Amino acid sequence: MARTNAIGLTKADYKGAPTTLCQGCGHNSILSQIIASLFEMNVRPEDVVKFSGIGCSSKAPTYMLSRSFGFNGLHGRMPALATGALVADRTIKGIGMSGDGDTASIGMGHFKHVIRRNVPFVYIVANNGVYGLTKGQFSATADQGLYLKRQGENPYMPIDICMEALASNATFVARTFAGDPKQVKTLLKAAFHHKGLAVIDIISPCVTFNNRPESRYSYEWAKDHEAALHQIDFVPPEEEIWLGEGLEPGEVRDIRLHDGSTIILKQVDEDYDPTDRFGAIKAIEESYAQNVLLTGLLYIDPEAPNIYDILDLPDEPLNRLPTDRLRPSAEALEAINAGLFHA
Amino acid sequence: MTVETASSSAPTAARPAVVNDFSITVGTINGTGSQTSNLTLLRALFKMGIPVSGKNLFPSNIQGMPTWYTIRVNKDGFIARRDEHEIVVSMNPATVDDDLAEVLPGGVFIYADHLRPRAMRDDVTVYTMPARKLAKESGAPPKLRDYVANMVYVGVLAHLLGIDLDAIREALSYHFHGKAKATELNFGVVQKAAAWAAENLTKQDPYRVEPMNATRGMILADGNSALAWGALFGGLQFLSWYPITPASSVAETINEYIPKLRKDPVTGKNTVASIQAEDELAAINMAIGAGWAGLRAMTSTSGPGISLMTEAVGLAYYAEVPVVLVNVQRTGPSTGLPTRTQQGDITFTYFLSHGDTEHIMLFPGNINEAFEFGWRALNIAERLQAPVFLMSDLDLGMNHWMGRPFEYPEEIDRGKVLWEDDLKRLAEEGRRWCRYEDVDGDGVPYRTVMGNRYPGAAYFTRGTGHDECARYSEDPEVWVRVNQRIKKKYHDGRKYLPQPVVDTMDGAQVGIIAYGSTDPAIVEARHYLLHDHDMPTDYLRIRAVPFHDQVRDFLAAHAKVYVVEANRDGQMAQLLRMTYPELATRIVSHSRSDGLPLTAEWVVAGIQEA
Repeated sequence: MARTNAIGLTKADYKGAPTTLCQGCGHNSILSQIIASLFEMNVRPEDVVKFSGIGCSSKAPTYMLSRSFGFNGLHGRMPALATGALVADRTIKGIGMSGDGDTASIGMGHFKHVIRRNVPFVYIVANNGVYGLTKGQFSATADQGLYLKRQGENPYMPIDICMEALASNATFVARTFAGDPKQVKTLLKAAFHHKGLAVIDIISPCVTFNNRPESRYSYEWAKDHEAALHQIDFVPPEEEIWLGEGLEPGEVRDIRLHDGSTIILKQVDEDYDPTDRFGAIKAIEESYAQNVLLTGLLYIDPEAPNIYDILDLPDEPLNRLPTDRLRPSAEALEAINAGLFHA
Repeated sequence: MTVETASSSAPTAARPAVVNDFSITVGTINGTGSQTSNLTLLRALFKMGIPVSGKNLFPSNIQGMPTWYTIRVNKDGFIARRDEHEIVVSMNPATVDDDLAEVLPGGVFIYADHLRPRAMRDDVTVYTMPARKLAKESGAPPKLRDYVANMVYVGVLAHLLGIDLDAIREALSYHFHGKAKATELNFGVVQKAAAWAAENLTKQDPYRVEPMNATRGMILADGNSALAWGALFGGLQFLSWYPITPASSVAETINEYIPKLRKDPVTGKNTVASIQAEDELAAINMAIGAGWAGLRAMTSTSGPGISLMTEAVGLAYYAEVPVVLVNVQRTGPSTGLPTRTQQGDITFTYFLSHGDTEHIMLFPGNINEAFEFGWRALNIAERLQAPVFLMSDLDLGMNHWMGRPFEYPEEIDRGKVLWEDDLKRLAEEGRRWCRYEDVDGDGVPYRTVMGNRYPGAAYFTRGTGHDECARYSEDPEVWVRVNQRIKKKYHDGRKYLPQPVVDTMDGAQVGIIAYGSTDPAIVEARHYLLHDHDMPTDYLRIRAVPFHDQVRDFLAAHAKVYVVEANRDGQMAQLLRMTYPELATRIVSHSRSDGLPLTAEWVVAGIQEA
């Protein structure tokens, strides 16, 4: 018998169509962790909606959560598509699946602006530094000097997704590595409970086009150079907070999210403060100098108003409001007419 | 005071009075508040019961460039633009010579006395006015003096033409939202200027106004506001937009009126989400997301924005997502003439997207239709699960037009949406639901929307090939089947679109087809064709594409049909010839694109010569 969660579902209930991504693609591992996190958090697939753009990353939503609504839209436009849709029902959890081409090139403008609006959904960038579906061109996150077959050497500086997010005042910024499933899953859980937009930059090696050991986007490099900021634990709102065994209080930092859940960080770097935006930017800069892949929750502002607050929308789904609540009265139209200049 | 009147001349002393039938053009500098003066004149004349129209010819600029405003006064109700200006007022030193050249022989030229025209014409009546002096004497603070100087010409015209000062006061009070201080400051200048004119100017021209009863019960409004109110009364739930002339005031009016009209009676929260997007790409993708998720969604833009939205429109067409795109057309291609009008996006919009597509376009011809199509477009989009283009233009959208009070919309139509109860009922009846299945034989499938938690309600929407059950498919037969079904949906769906308006005359051999804001020019042209050229005409005004069968019948009933439009290439004529190749030889295209609204004289000339 397959294990069931508290709402009586098995992991199979969270599955999608069989994957057509390459064997060993980091994206498959991300999908597994999305499924695992929702399963473990007892979220019904019907309460989730998936969005994506174009690219290998954006094909991925087909391969999970077939009981959820999904919309595979246009290249780079996932943030805008998700914004419009999520306004319709604030009781649903959104996942936006994007890639480095989708987010850091064609969709960069939308990425920055969805951050400004703090639309509550989990924005995953499956980041491998390369265009896979079009067979191996450099993306904007590729390292300068990276060598690829047919492309030669990349002469341009890379874009850092997390830096861009921080510069745009993102309220949840994390980086992780697809080969570190435990951290991926824990960050996903925290992201699902975040009040606003949660950006997770997941280094997800492309086994076909960009997996040379010297590439920052290879399994080998990332495994050797991953430097976790902290060990993360996440406690959903309905559970008692348990501080774990053997931790001294001084080593632990709790971050309470708006819904009562808690992220527990066991510090590796002793004074890293994920509520300090400038500190996060500094830590990323330093990671370049140290040639390490800095992972973990880089920044969080759990209380910033989200787009529902900003637009002052009702708590109930806007798309279920009956028509009589969508139309002003005949008297209101008479008032408009009376207010116009008339002879 | 003799200096100010020194240049008055009297070439037309004994001419008969010209009453309620002339055009006034005022040349000013933009950013000096002249729009207040111009609207005050327009409203006062309208208040006197005289049919009027006002056209603003403005630059793509914030401050300091020439701008002109033309008011047409016409006792017969003809309100199209004219090329002739009987009365020209110049307040702009940079354009005074050009302004003088614009006056019809025998007309009137009025200019501020700080202007220095190079030469004066002897075939026009000339009045000068001490605009700055009177502005200074008004007691207005120095920073407002340019502004109130524009009120001087209002007062001078009031005296010369006989405009009712009470009507001017009402117009000012309306403009300043009843604020007494602003109203009285400006009205004081108008009164002083009128009194100055009475004392210092000798009326030597034949033009004057007389009260009529032709505007009773009517309103003045701009098409963009009308459209915005129509959408709000039609249950709009989502608006995404990016600033662009001449469409911005659609969104701005919606934003202004959400707090007044669309607070939820139950929760006090907003029932419309309005987002100013980062660009038009985002605006349309947001609207598509919202329409897909079951919101009545709209985006408003102009031609350049539509260009950017092209890819997404193809997605909405093929994924069958309801969304309304308002296109307040301006002169293109490219940046073109951003502040001038055109009906230039017709063929472009019809075929918008790569691949095989056709689109629904609605053409409002006046402010009442702008209001009506504002709500009706939302119904059509949801009924047909399709993008709907609401094709307004700068002339209708940004200028003030006379109209009837707006009428309360018909019922909101949400189309074929299945919620939990509907799916439960289907399951009990042993029937399956598939997203793109043509159950009713009308080409329109049933849809569920995000948030429906019933088992099996969810489906995956994609712009890639899909079968009736929304599954990915590259099967050639499936592709053909789904796309033919969509084509049928557009063909059969015509019954939901506004029908054309037909007006016939006895003995007419010649037909005229037009659409949108050119209606006043056509109406006036038909009058001249009948009375001056003994040519009765039949007139069909298209209000929607794809065409109703009446359009074909109209073409078939006339050996010659002129298709009159404001673009270079005769775009509607192109669509008509393509749709009805067997009738194509009957179609004569009469089109022009110079950025300006069409005139009746131009319409007549084309129909005469061909």
